[in-house]
Parts: sequence; structure tokens; C-alpha cells
Amino acid sequence: MRDFAYITANTVSEAVTLLDEKGQSARILAGGTDLIVQVREARRDVDWMIDIKSIPEVNVLDYNADTGLTLGAAVECYKIYAVDEICDAYPGLVDATKIIGGTAIQGRAAVGGNLCNASPAADCIPPLIVLNASCVIAGPNGARELPVEQFCTGPGQTAFDNGEMLVSLKIPAPANNSSSFYLRFIPRNEMDIAVVGAGASVTLDDAKQTIVSARIALGAVAPTPLFAEEASALLAGREVSDAAIDEAAQAAQSIARPISDMRGTAEQRTHLVGVLTRRALNGAIQRIRDAA
Amino acid sequence: MTENKEYKVVGTRPIRHDGVDKVTGRALYGADFQIAGLLHGRVLRSPHAHARILSIDTSRAEALPGVKGVVTAQDLPSAEDRIADLGEGAVNLKHLCDNILASDKVLYTGHAVAAVAATSPHIAEEACKLIDVEYEVLSPVLEVRQAMEPDAPLLHETLKTTSMGETADEPSNVASHIQHTLGDPEKGFAEADIIIERDFVTGTVHQGYIEPHNATAHFNQDGHLTIWCSTQGAFTVREQVAEILQYPISKIKVVPMEIGGGFGGKISVYIKPVAALLAKKTGKPVKVLMNRTDVFEGTGPTPASYIRVKMGATKAGKITAAEAYLAFEGGAYPGSPVGPGAMCIFAPYSIENVIIDGYDVVVNKPKTAPYRAPGAPNAAFGSETVIDELAEKLGIDPLEFRLINGAKEGDRRADGPVHPRIGFIETVETAKAHPHYTAPNGKKHHGRGIASGYWFNIGLESSVTINVNADGTINLIEGSTDIGGTRASIAMQAAEVLGIPAESVNPSVVDTNSVGYTAVTGGSRTTYATGYAAYEAAQDVKRKMIERAAKLWEVDVSNVQFEDGLFSSINGKEEQISFRDLCGQLSQTGGPVVGSGTVNPGGAGGAYATHVVDLMVDEETGKVEILRYTAVQDAGKAIHPSYVEGQIQGGAVQGIGWALNEEYIYNAEGTMTNASFLDYRMPTCLDLPMIDAVIVEVPNPGHPYGVRGVGEVPIVPPMAAIANAIYDAIGIRMTELPMSPDRLLKAMGKI
Amino acid sequence: MARKSHVQTTINGETVEFLCESRQSLLEVLRDELHLTGAKEGCNNGNCGACSVILDGRLVNSCLVLGVETEGKSVETIEGLAEPDKLHPIQDAFLENAALQCGICTPGFIMSAKALLDQNPNPTEHEIRYWLAGNLCRCTGYDKIVRAVLDAAAAK
Repeated sequence: MRDFAYITANTVSEAVTLLDEKGQSARILAGGTDLIVQVREARRDVDWMIDIKSIPEVNVLDYNADTGLTLGAAVECYKIYAVDEICDAYPGLVDATKIIGGTAIQGRAAVGGNLCNASPAADCIPPLIVLNASCVIAGPNGARELPVEQFCTGPGQTAFDNGEMLVSLKIPAPANNSSSFYLRFIPRNEMDIAVVGAGASVTLDDAKQTIVSARIALGAVAPTPLFAEEASALLAGREVSDAAIDEAAQAAQSIARPISDMRGTAEQRTHLVGVLTRRALNGAIQRIRDAA
Repeated sequence: MTENKEYKVVGTRPIRHDGVDKVTGRALYGADFQIAGLLHGRVLRSPHAHARILSIDTSRAEALPGVKGVVTAQDLPSAEDRIADLGEGAVNLKHLCDNILASDKVLYTGHAVAAVAATSPHIAEEACKLIDVEYEVLSPVLEVRQAMEPDAPLLHETLKTTSMGETADEPSNVASHIQHTLGDPEKGFAEADIIIERDFVTGTVHQGYIEPHNATAHFNQDGHLTIWCSTQGAFTVREQVAEILQYPISKIKVVPMEIGGGFGGKISVYIKPVAALLAKKTGKPVKVLMNRTDVFEGTGPTPASYIRVKMGATKAGKITAAEAYLAFEGGAYPGSPVGPGAMCIFAPYSIENVIIDGYDVVVNKPKTAPYRAPGAPNAAFGSETVIDELAEKLGIDPLEFRLINGAKEGDRRADGPVHPRIGFIETVETAKAHPHYTAPNGKKHHGRGIASGYWFNIGLESSVTINVNADGTINLIEGSTDIGGTRASIAMQAAEVLGIPAESVNPSVVDTNSVGYTAVTGGSRTTYATGYAAYEAAQDVKRKMIERAAKLWEVDVSNVQFEDGLFSSINGKEEQISFRDLCGQLSQTGGPVVGSGTVNPGGAGGAYATHVVDLMVDEETGKVEILRYTAVQDAGKAIHPSYVEGQIQGGAVQGIGWALNEEYIYNAEGTMTNASFLDYRMPTCLDLPMIDAVIVEVPNPGHPYGVRGVGEVPIVPPMAAIANAIYDAIGIRMTELPMSPDRLLKAMGKI
Repeated sequence: MARKSHVQTTINGETVEFLCESRQSLLEVLRDELHLTGAKEGCNNGNCGACSVILDGRLVNSCLVLGVETEGKSVETIEGLAEPDKLHPIQDAFLENAALQCGICTPGFIMSAKALLDQNPNPTEHEIRYWLAGNLCRCTGYDKIVRAVLDAAAAK
């Protein structure tokens, strides 16, 4: 493994200053479950690892039924699914945090890190997209917010400008009669990277029969996770039915641009987009109907 | 399970002797070895699957601070095309040496090219990047049928096909062709009412032991070389290193550390001679460790294969003839397990007319190594699927079909040997009566499959020494590295002879200077052969203790008998003394007692298994979920039933992995793209149900307690059992391994 | 040559100081610097669990933690589990159930099982299988490991 310097940043501005100074040779260290492996396997050249886990803002985990969730960039997966209110409000995100790696990975890996790693197959990103999450980004020129669906720009590539870092994620409070669902297809039952991932959030009317709005997002079928905008839009106002869900699934399939690799073939992935989109939508709808 | 009541220790379940060390983290495995002044070695590996090495320049690496030495094939004694017998069959010495460090060509991605010793593993790794190797890249050949084509790229310009004693004139990737025939296959097929012929393809799979290979070597100033390592056989390491370095075995001591799994993959040496070369060059002890990618790319997996099976049967269900064509990849050098595959393929059945052709073919993949019943699982995937189809087409229950055709004592295997007492029929009968087989299985997309398997097991040499302690315990010295509880199963056999509890035996696995020659822990031979040696050593102790009792009582030895741990005099005055009390009198009766036993037994009894699996197919994703699994196996006699069950369960699960997801995936350049535990998908515990291991005991007449080897056969049936269950679930015969979700989707016409 | 940092941490209840390079993982520090070799390297990328330790009460892969990150933290390893005269109940259960063959994965499984039982003393078989999915065993087929954890839970 190449040699690098390890620095602990205690404030956001300290971290931003370091990032700005060191440029591409610096990288933020939170859970490290991706970064340490990438550097060890010489897939990423890093001279400076900036540990942000001592910064208070990146450790915030705050849920308010009116304003929603603030999720610090370094909050580990296990802390999220330990909070009942968060499990109730954002089950789709919780689905993802429970299947990233194994238990030991979930003890270190952060949702923010999963996002910043910008893998097309990242499990947390589709649910963040369908939950309308936004990134709170700090940089040399101050803070800005960016919808999660605009954050990834390519495999491992993000919308960060030089010196920028993720401070937290903000997720709005869920609407009434809404829920979310994330699932992925993997050949084993754990420990694999998604061959395809699909997240859905759905809001139904009070009778729980008609879809008020829906959002669908896909993982591992393009250079970045995808927000399936058309597929989502065509569900608005539709009665819950197999036909409507099939239509959405087909629309989702039409935007998939998968590759073939050791994890799956392009044809398999395109097929699975349909299957998983249906299952994600049905899963979210079921959760709404199961809720008291 | 039939518990045999005549034994006091054999058949019980004591705590294993090395257990506490292993649950407390104190047991020392190869990588745990520490010694003052230790340097760290790292091997540079080829990025190309097939290339000529034009030059290697190590000067930049040597100049890096912290680097103490660099070696290449130039540092190996020159090897000729010479055949050496290293206790695991004949080996071409040049091939052996070239696989350690490539001399003229690299033949697979991951092929070792050079190695560095440095003051830290990180520096050694950085130094490897500073070694400049110039390659002339050649076209790789990555598949057995492609490699057999006349115009295929040649791996070895001097390799010519040997076929039944004859050597061909022209070079070829086909190293050898074997053939076994029995009866008149043509006539047999003519008598058949139904004939099924199918093609099968299996993928390259790895043993997947959790502990990577490791070796620490040190050369003393007097020329004595010591190697501390994890290995299945310290003596074979000694022999291989001696041949590769052209160094006398008397100057090599191999110290076997605890070993973190092997399954056949830790018999061949890879980095052990490299560590020795680096130690020689630097004058310091050097530890070389592989990482996981090195293990996948640089050590022997078991090969991919192409198999064609044709079988005919009468309406009554009697098999009349069987034919098999087996083409196995040997990897970069000859040595595929096509031989054992050919021995095992039809061995569960009594068939009068058989023809089997086998081909050993080189391809640009790592040289294959044994993996649990090497060759038999590939072969059985083909034959047991065809058997299932025959039974189905004839409307005969698949277990009933096996009862009609099952091999029994006196039947002849197609490759020659006549079966002694075997327990195949008993495994089938047990499976048939098992609640699993009689449970209903009617749900949509649920299926049940069965398959059987055979492995011949081996004997080979083992040595055991027993030192008797004054408190009635014994120290048992053995040379078989303990991969799965064999200290216990060996100690128990000595304890049984001496009438003492298993806990009164202290078993130690020792180095090559400290025990007689002992062959590898492999071939399902350890509990059988080393256990046999322990039995003989204990008999030796018993004889000597009888002499001591005779001396004590001043009677003739013929008047002393030993039973249930008690020595007694049967003539003259009545005397009685326990083994323990007599041990306290050794110094007064002539001094210490040491017993020894050495064996090279020929009576290894073949093992049979019959597996039943229930599974569910997700028709939308092609994913298979194993719901219930029962593995019935003839163990001969289970010395420690818990560890026999463990072997059966572990072997079955490796088979499940092989069946469903495990395979080497290559890109067009011949580089494996899934060389990690992330993407080489071995089953996790969440992928499995409990595995019901059912032990059948048909004693092996070739062992004092009836032991048959148990380690290998459980991996033979799973692939076909699962394929047969998938057919039961969705009506599609899968003929390619692994039966991964994408292949199932394709077979179902979904993609 | 890479510079080393001074780190003070608590390992199995004892204050420990060591020097390490930034690039050395906690696993390397435990094994190479402190000679606590119970945690094993099986994959070095978080996919086998053989290096599992408990860091500030949470199960982690020690190959995915930098040694320098453990400043001021508390690490529990397999070596700290047993009492001087008595094994931990999970260790006993592994022995009683013959839940190990080669034993290389055993320290990781035991640490992982401990972390599970510390927070869920009565797990179901499925909960055990889910929790332990990050620990690979190639010898046992997991049957006896899962039974051992069930037994250890029942014995508590």
C-alpha cells in the first residue's frame, strides 16, 4: 500500500482548507470501507487522508417529523436503523443500510460515504434519490445544496468542486400515506454488490387506491445511479394496478444503459430493472397499506 | 446412524485437543509466525495470460531503501525436462520450477515472475512495481475445446500428446489421452431401449480456503534451511523444495504451522521455494504472504471441463452401456484430474459395457491443483444428470433406479479395480427412508433433486510415535497437519487400543525432523492411514506394556492379557494392574516406553454419498434458494461423528457454491475479473439451510475400526443434485456450471 | 521511509501504546506490532470477516480500520475474551458443537457472535445467519457454527 499522511480535521473549515490545499491527492476518510480498500489495491492514489469523524456536523443524526432528517456525512449505517422513527419514516433508506456489506461493514460505513464514493451500484443512492434527499456541501466558497440525483457524474465521479466536502444529507419529512422501498438483486443473499438496485417512494391518496406521486431510482445500470423521471411521472394520478406498475417498469427499463461485467450481463440487468422496479413499487405500496 | 457399542472411545464426541487454542486465538498459523530480524517478501506476478519474457530489470527495485534482495528464475537451479516423483505423482521438474518463477514464458495472469525481500511488506510491494519486465504478449487460449483445436496457440512448444503409451510427433496443448473400456459398449447400446446423450460444461473453481498461502524461510550459516508454513503435508513441501532448489532433504526442515483450510490446494508449493531463495540471498529469515488476489490468480484451482455422457438402459431400468468423453483443463501445465474423474464417473453403478476417454489439456490459466475429490465432481455432474434423465424418461423413481443399478462388492470399475465391500446401496436405501425424501414437495417452482457420488480414497504412508507418560497419559507424535479435527480422530484410535480416554492423549503435529515420513493430509487418508499408524503405535505400546507387566509379575508375556484398560495375569497367581498404574512403574521395569507405528496401507475403502436437495427457483430473477439439504454418506466407521458430519456438511456446501455461483470469470485478455471474495461468490451462512448429514456405517475391511475416508466424496453429488432439482422445479435441464441466475434466465427464455 | 505515529489505545482493557505508519491497518498493528495474531487476514478487503474485532463496542473488520484511527478508542480482540480460568460461553459452545474445522475463521466468528449476543441475547436462526453473513467459513457449511451460537444464546 502506498504511503500517505493521516490528518484529523476537527472542524468543517479545517477539512475544507486541507482539501483545497491538497487538491486531488487528498481524500476524506469517514468509514473507510471503500477508501482504504481502493488505496490498498492501488485503484486510487491518495497522499492525504483527512479523517472527519471528529467534526460535530458530520455526526448529526436528527429526525423531526415536521422538518425531516438531517444525516451527518459520517453517520454509520447501524446508527440509522437503530432509530425507530427513522425506520418508520424512511424505510427505503433503512433497507439499503441493512444490506450494505455485512454487519461489520455497517459498523463503519456511512451513507454519506456510500454517496461520495459514487459507485453506480451504491445501495444508498437510489433510496436517497426517491426520498428527495439533498446534499449539504461545504467548500472554500461557502455552503451549497444539491439534489442527490445531480451529485454523481460518473463512476467514482461527483459534482464536488475543488475543496468541497459533504457535510450532511437532508431528507424532507415523508408525506401522509407515503412509504419507500429499496431492493437489489444479488446472486447471494448478502455480501454482494448490486447487480441491479431499485428504489421507489410512493404517496397514495387517503383511500390508498390512487397514486398521488411516485419516484423511482435505479442502481448499477448506468455510469451513475439514475432517477427514472418519466417512469415516476407516469404513475401520478394512476390507480394502483398491475398495468400501471408494469408501464412504469417498462419506462424504467427504457432508460437503463447497463454494461456486462463479472457481476452480471447487460441483458440480465435490463430484465432485472423491470422485475425490481415492480417489486420496489409494490413493496412501497404494501408498506403504506400495512401502516395503521 | 448406527452407533457401534463395542467401542469405548471410537464413535464418541470428545472436545478436540487443539480446540482451546483455536477458539482463543492462540493457535499459530503460518502467517502468525514471528522471528527476530524478519524480512517480508512479495511476489511480482504477470499481468498477461500468455507472453514471452524478453527481459527483467530489477535494478530500480534493488535501489529502493529497505529492499534487501530480489530474485527471479535466474536464481533457481536450471531445470531440465526431467520427471520427479514427489509423492503426489510424477511431475515434470521444468514445469514445477517454471510455475514457481517463470523463466521464458508466462502462462497465466498471476504467474510469478520475480520476488522482493524488504524490511516491510509495504516496501516489498512498492519494490515489485519498480521491477521492469518486458513482455512479448501472445494470444491466450482459455477454454479446453478451443485449446484442443489444431490451430490453437501453443503453450509449450515441446509438449506432445501421449496416448496409451504412444507419443505424438507434433506439439499440442493436449498433454495426454487416457481410455478405459469394459465389455462391449456398442453391443450394450444396441440392447438399450432408451439412450440419453448430453454435453456438459463446468467452470473453473477454487478451493477457497480462508487462509492465504504463507511461508517463512531461514538459511542457517551451516546450510540448514528451515521453512515454517501452512501446508497439507510438511514432507511433500520438503520433497518439492528439495527438487526445485536441488538441495538435499537432510538439510531441509519443514515446520508445519496450523493450516487455515486446504481442500487439496495446499499440497503444491508456490511461495515456499521463493521464500527460501530470498532467505538465501539476504541471509535473513523472510516471510512471504499471498493476498487473496494472489491466491485466486497464482494458485491452483480445479479445472473447467467439457464432458459428454451417453448412457443406455432397458425399459426395466437396467443400464446396458455407458460412454464418457472428458476433456479437462490442466491449466498452464499438464496435470488435470481427468484421471480420477475417469475412475469415478460410473463407479456408483454396475455397468457391463463402458468406454471412457479422458484428455488432459493445457490452457492459459493457473496450473490446476487438487480440490476435494479432484475430477469426480465435474464427471458426476454429467453422469448423475444423465442418470436422472434416464430414470425420469423410464418413469422410475431416481433412488429406485440407483438401487437397480447400484455397484456392490465384486463389481468391477471400468478402470479395472474390483469393489471390495462398499456401502453405495446403503446410502441410497437410507436416503429413500429419510423423512426428507418422503416429505411432500409440490409447490410451484419448488424442486427436489438427488444425486450420488463416489471417491476411491487413498492410503499412503504415515508414521506415529507414542511416548508413554508416568501418569497414564500418552504423547502422540504425528506428521499429519490437522485441518479438520484429525488430532482428535487419530488420538481416539490410540486411546481405544490402550483403553484410556481420548483426553489422556496429547497429540502433537511435528516437523519433518521429528516424526517418520507421513504423506499429505489429503485424499481422505488422514483418519484412515495416520489413524491406522496410531493404532499400530498403540499396539506397539500395548505389547511393550505387557512385557512390563510380565516383568513386574515375573510371568511369561504369554500369561499377560490386556482388556478394558487392565493388564491381568491369566496363569499362575492372579494379578491385575491398570494401564495408568503400570505407567507409574515404567522406571522400575526398564525405563521409558515408546511405541511406533508406520503404515502404507492398501485397503483404503471407497466412499459413496447420496444427496437430496429441495430448492426454489425465482422465475423472475433466475435465483435459486436452497431450502433443505440432506447428505447421506458411508463413513465406514465414524471415529468422531461430529467431525465426520462437519466434513459432509462442508463438502456439500462447497458443492452448492460450485453449483450456483462460483466460477473464474475471465476477460478477453485472459485476466480473471472476479479475483476477490467479493465477486468470487462463495456461500455465506445466509444462503443456506442446516445441512442434515446422515452417516451410514458399512465398515471398511481394510482398517481395524472400519474407517473409510470421508472428506472428499461429499462434494461430488451436489452439482447434479441441484441441477436435477432445478429440472424438477422448472422443467429445464441445466448443463453448464455454475447454474447462476443469468444462465437460468437465459435457459428460461427470459433474456 | 514512511513516518510512524504514536498511538495510545485500549486493547482488551489494557492501555497500549504503539508506533505505526498511517497505511498500517488495525489488523496489521494487532498482528505485526502487538503480536496479537488471533485476528486473521483472509481477504484484506472486508469480505471474509476473519479479522473481526470490536471497536468501541461495535463489530468492525480490522483490515478496514487504520491503526492511527484507534487513538483513544477501545479494541476487543479474541485474545481478551476468555477469563484466565474459564472460556467465554461462545468459545465453549464452539468446542461443544465442533463448530470449527481448520479454525482460521473461528476468532472472527466468535467476535462477531459476541457482538450479536451482546445486543440481541436471543436471536433466531435467521437473525444469526444474517448477522454472520460477513464471516466466511469454507470448512463447516456453517451448520455447526449456527448451532453453536444458538446454544451459546440459550446458555446465557
